[in-house]
Amino acid sequence: MDSDDDFNSSQLSDDEIMDDSDVALDDDSDFEMDQDDMGFDSQDKDIKPAKHAYEVDFKVFSPQQIQSHQDKQIEEVSNILGQPPEATAILLRHLRWNKERLIDQYMDKTEETLESAGLGESSESNPPKLEKIAGFVCDICCEDGPELDTFAMRCGHRFCLDCYRQYLFTKIKDEGEAARIRCPGEGCTRIVDSKSLDLLVSESLKDRYHELLTRTYVDDKENLRWCPAPNCVFAVECGVKDKELMKVVPTVHCDCGHYFCFGCSLNDHQPAPCSLVKKWLKKCEDDSETANWISANTKECSKCNSTIEKNGGCNHMTCRKCRHEFCWMCMGVWSEHGTSWYNCNRYEEKSGSEARDAQAKSRQSLERYLHYYNRYANHEQSAKLDKDIYLKTEKKMTQLQNTSGMSWIEVQFLDSASQALQQCRQTLKWTYAFAYYLARNNLTEIFEDNQKDLEMAVENLSEMFEKPIDQLQGLKVDMLDRTAYCTKRRIILLEDTAQNLRDGMFSFELRKS
Amino acid sequence: MFATKRLQKELIKLNEKLPPGITLVKADDLKEWLMDIQVMDDNPIYKDETYRLKFTFSGNYPIEAPEVVFTPVQTPSRPIPLHPHIYSNGIICLDMLAREGWSPVHNVESVCVSLQSMLTSNTKRERPEGDDKFVKYNTRRPKDINFVFHDNGV
Repeated sequence: MDSDDDFNSSQLSDDEIMDDSDVALDDDSDFEMDQDDMGFDSQDKDIKPAKHAYEVDFKVFSPQQIQSHQDKQIEEVSNILGQPPEATAILLRHLRWNKERLIDQYMDKTEETLESAGLGESSESNPPKLEKIAGFVCDICCEDGPELDTFAMRCGHRFCLDCYRQYLFTKIKDEGEAARIRCPGEGCTRIVDSKSLDLLVSESLKDRYHELLTRTYVDDKENLRWCPAPNCVFAVECGVKDKELMKVVPTVHCDCGHYFCFGCSLNDHQPAPCSLVKKWLKKCEDDSETANWISANTKECSKCNSTIEKNGGCNHMTCRKCRHEFCWMCMGVWSEHGTSWYNCNRYEEKSGSEARDAQAKSRQSLERYLHYYNRYANHEQSAKLDKDIYLKTEKKMTQLQNTSGMSWIEVQFLDSASQALQQCRQTLKWTYAFAYYLARNNLTEIFEDNQKDLEMAVENLSEMFEKPIDQLQGLKVDMLDRTAYCTKRRIILLEDTAQNLRDGMFSFELRKS
Repeated sequence: MFATKRLQKELIKLNEKLPPGITLVKADDLKEWLMDIQVMDDNPIYKDETYRLKFTFSGNYPIEAPEVVFTPVQTPSRPIPLHPHIYSNGIICLDMLAREGWSPVHNVESVCVSLQSMLTSNTKRERPEGDDKFVKYNTRRPKDINFVFHDNGV
């Protein structure tokens, strides 16, 4: 399923060069960055306006930027609340970085807010420290002794230093927790603050802890999302909210080159909205389709229940397994059937005709599904094949350079053609999932025309890759044209679909399983 | 190993004295222990029955929760108790045994006591929803399953 647009990803988007004429500059609030959003507002001016209906505004951030935004906010709120930065950080994390809500709540009921964040009383007067306590027995390891270093937060649940360390080590290293590590005491909800943590754990663990804290910042914020590409450290900011996802497909482009959907983190799936994609993937993955085929094409032997596919011949069936003889039409025992070999006169009986209707219906819906699925799967498969060809293309490019004396830059047309092909196939693939759920209205025809045009453009380009190398040089202009045409068709399709989607012009038959 | 000292101490204590209805069956090593529990009041669902629990400890116990499951035995009869949070393969859905609910202060005895009271207070003679499917398809270890602890009524 994940048909690899890491490959697509490196593509420079030609779109922008291609198509500046029909720019629909959109002030629609759906696409505006949330102005009150804390954090990155200072950079708002850097965000380029959406050029097409299918594009959304987004911004990519490095780990350093995320850290500094985080620090800046902590400092700011810390000044307002008069709490030390450590406590402020806990408070902010507790309220999932909702600054306004924190300040409101804090001003309203200070003690309660502190208590619920696991801070209680004021944490500044009494910094955390290790103590030796006479007669102490650690509840975790059952050790005692006057020389035992112990630690407790304000909740008073005291444990020996070794146990506390081991506990924090497990939480941070194994379980990847950071912002909400609770006191080891039973039922205690106090959160281990970073000052206590600094006192208790080793330097290397501290690094991991702060790394995890940074991660929770992105996880907590609705408008931030990690790039899902393997080993990518960037996060993307985008203002599209969950509830808008039926109307917009927010594909973003990370600085690492990966194109992904901000709504669901899957690979770019324009023009299909996230919910359709999810349903479609589930459907394709479900074995129920095999079952569907079986129900549409086979019957069970009425005696031994073996599944039988009738692949020709008359209605007189003899089960290979149990030798049971029956009529394919009415499923009745053959011996009671009289002498009509090629038709069944019990066929029009009520029970028989109902069974037939049910079967026809099942077959019809299956055929419809298969129509879309085959095309979807075909593009996925072709994209893979195109990718293989691309790898060969690289070789071709070198060969072409050697044989024709063309320069490196002159053979780049192969590269961009190949990448356009990938991107268009990715889009085409999803148009079929989209079309499967699309309810018919006067716009569906336009959608299908767009789909057809793109498909033809893609196939026209694709076939050129099959040509032998010695012809490629002469085909350069043609290939460039076809590449440009493909890209253009893709933009038209996406633009048109996104526009209609946003205006609510499409309706979907989501109940279709 | 972190667990060793603590388990040795627990074992000494378990051999000395146990709450009513809890028996130590086997603790030959510090990896796997067997315990028997009975419900002490006359809840008709569990009356006159004894259940076998298997505790499996990691080297990081008690920081990490032990794996605790009911395990069926033919003789003497040790069935899997009927409870809406206990699957028929013995896997128990209890927040205390999961990452979020576990506290290193808990021990074998307190787990047994909690399970006793979980049974005592139950009035429904039923298995969890989707028991069939879960028992058939689950291949994960109990602690890797993300149970949702939504039902505090039972």
